[in-house]
Amino acid sequence: MSPNTSLDVAPGDVDGDRLVAPSQRGSQRAVKKPRAQFTPYSLLVPATAVLAAVVGWPLIQLVIMSFQEFGRAQVFGAPSPFIGFDNYVEVLTDQAFWLVMFRSFAFAAVCVVSTMVMGTLIALLMNALGKVMRLVLSIGLLLAWAMPALTATIVWGWMFDTGYGVVNYVLTRWFGLDYIGHSWLIEPLSFFFVAALIVIWGAIPFVVFTVYAGLTQVPDEVLEASQLDGAGPVQRFRLIIFPYLRSIFLVVFILQIIWDLRVFTQIFALQGIGGIKEQTSTLGVYIYQNSLGTGEYGTGGAIAVITVIVITAISFYYVRQSIKEEEL
Amino acid sequence: MSVSTASRVTSAARSRAKAPPRPGSVSRRVTKVVLSALAAVVTAFSIFPVYWMVQTSFQPNNEIIGSEVNFWPQNFTLRNYETVLFDTTRSQFMPALGNSVVVTVSTVVIALVFAFLASLAVTRFRFKSRKGFILTILIVQMIPAEAMIVSTYRVLDSWSLLNTIMGLTIVYVATVLPFTIWTLRGFVNGVPVELEEAAMIDGLSRSGAFWRITLPLLAPGLVATGVFGFIQAWNEFLLALVVNSRPEMMTLPVWLRTFQIANGTTNWAAIMAGSTLMAIPVIVFFLIVQGRMTSGLVSGAVKG
Repeated sequence: MSPNTSLDVAPGDVDGDRLVAPSQRGSQRAVKKPRAQFTPYSLLVPATAVLAAVVGWPLIQLVIMSFQEFGRAQVFGAPSPFIGFDNYVEVLTDQAFWLVMFRSFAFAAVCVVSTMVMGTLIALLMNALGKVMRLVLSIGLLLAWAMPALTATIVWGWMFDTGYGVVNYVLTRWFGLDYIGHSWLIEPLSFFFVAALIVIWGAIPFVVFTVYAGLTQVPDEVLEASQLDGAGPVQRFRLIIFPYLRSIFLVVFILQIIWDLRVFTQIFALQGIGGIKEQTSTLGVYIYQNSLGTGEYGTGGAIAVITVIVITAISFYYVRQSIKEEEL
Repeated sequence: MSVSTASRVTSAARSRAKAPPRPGSVSRRVTKVVLSALAAVVTAFSIFPVYWMVQTSFQPNNEIIGSEVNFWPQNFTLRNYETVLFDTTRSQFMPALGNSVVVTVSTVVIALVFAFLASLAVTRFRFKSRKGFILTILIVQMIPAEAMIVSTYRVLDSWSLLNTIMGLTIVYVATVLPFTIWTLRGFVNGVPVELEEAAMIDGLSRSGAFWRITLPLLAPGLVATGVFGFIQAWNEFLLALVVNSRPEMMTLPVWLRTFQIANGTTNWAAIMAGSTLMAIPVIVFFLIVQGRMTSGLVSGAVKG
């Protein structure tokens, strides 16, 4: 490729038509006409090939499978006839599925709201702190953030251990409550309390740092002016800080919904430590149990397709916002 | 949010931190003490599980399953680490570590190369399906892995790649690629295209300019993006559990869970030692790139 053709594809000068100055329009543009058609595509080949093979192809398989009768027999070579929407009908009329859906959304709602509220409050706190305490708090939050989800779950599981856990010990010895040998994971509600604690603990740092970064963007003058006009802390947050941070809040909010809705590791590992699977499964774990556990690939596929649709629909705003901000 | 926004954010934070403190009154000082106390409580809550993991790992197991709970190791021991690392009848830590390192490093290297090429295409060229490609990347990133496990398993099975390093690596490359491309794109945008043009006027070919001018300038971006990919691949649990389930092919997360299931009622001290060993590289890497973490996460999902 000659240097001449490559120059004309440089961004900045052909970035749409917006960035081209009117004076350049005439003669120069005519020279720049032959656009590079081959090179960009060849640069995309490796990435596209991997994504097509490991995401695209399985996704197609998944959709096909969800319309087939596909159980253990089919895995061992029996034909897998198309049965229309039967798998979907079976899933959507199964009470267990709706229970799992309800559980997942309720769990996500509790986690998202708690994370957002606490994260924002801690970010405001961080903004008001002196240098030293801010550093201390940052390090504390970073450590929690850096913990792998699985490790964190196992450690929390140990802290809530029935026999030798520190939580039962402290509640019994320091607060005089009778928590000797109390099992936290056997009751579904108490199981989800522990699970939510792990998820919220791990998710708060992200919210804090993101909101804090946004807070430093709010001009001091505006805040001071409002203070002189007699606005209290709540009003200042509602009328000034929140509007400034609206887009940050929305993006963080949507990411939290997606992450909490598809939570797998924490629930799965906690079930391994001592929960009752039937009463504590959320969407991700349910798909795992329904397909790999029982071998009912057809219905498992239908559940998976429904999940993909739900999650992708929720992330629509996030995708749109990302594209808008980057001005492709 | 782009990387440049992030650097603006951090510089704004820094300049604010440097601002001189306002004159203090008594009520202001009281507020400050209360706020510091609150911060201390939050910090303690945040750190405690990490502390608890480390301190348990240094205690003899027979002491942690007594009726008393030690908040500090009374009889400091390294025996739990010995059990995890070298007791091959009880723990397969070393092979799992090997698998994890090979898969993670291959994933990062391959993903970085592929993402570098792709990000060049979408930043340095205007072509028809450019927007479509970027949109696809963003959507692919949102497809939940949980939903895909069955078909991923079957597709890998049909290629005879189950329980292989290569199979898991390919799956991980696809997992980290969208995020890597998206992030690198921001870094490539930050390298002035004029530098490439100048090099080409001086006689380099276009690809020569990419490799010898753009790539070296991207080094910090490549490191940051690579570390994100490392953390993601190192921590990944679900796909590893499904795709590489044979004991000798396990990665560290799958090993840790197996070890926990096997010892959950008998040897929590060793489990905590294993947990610590798995968490250390992540924590170290995390602290290295933490400044870029916020922007990285807003623009893509690292911790799912």
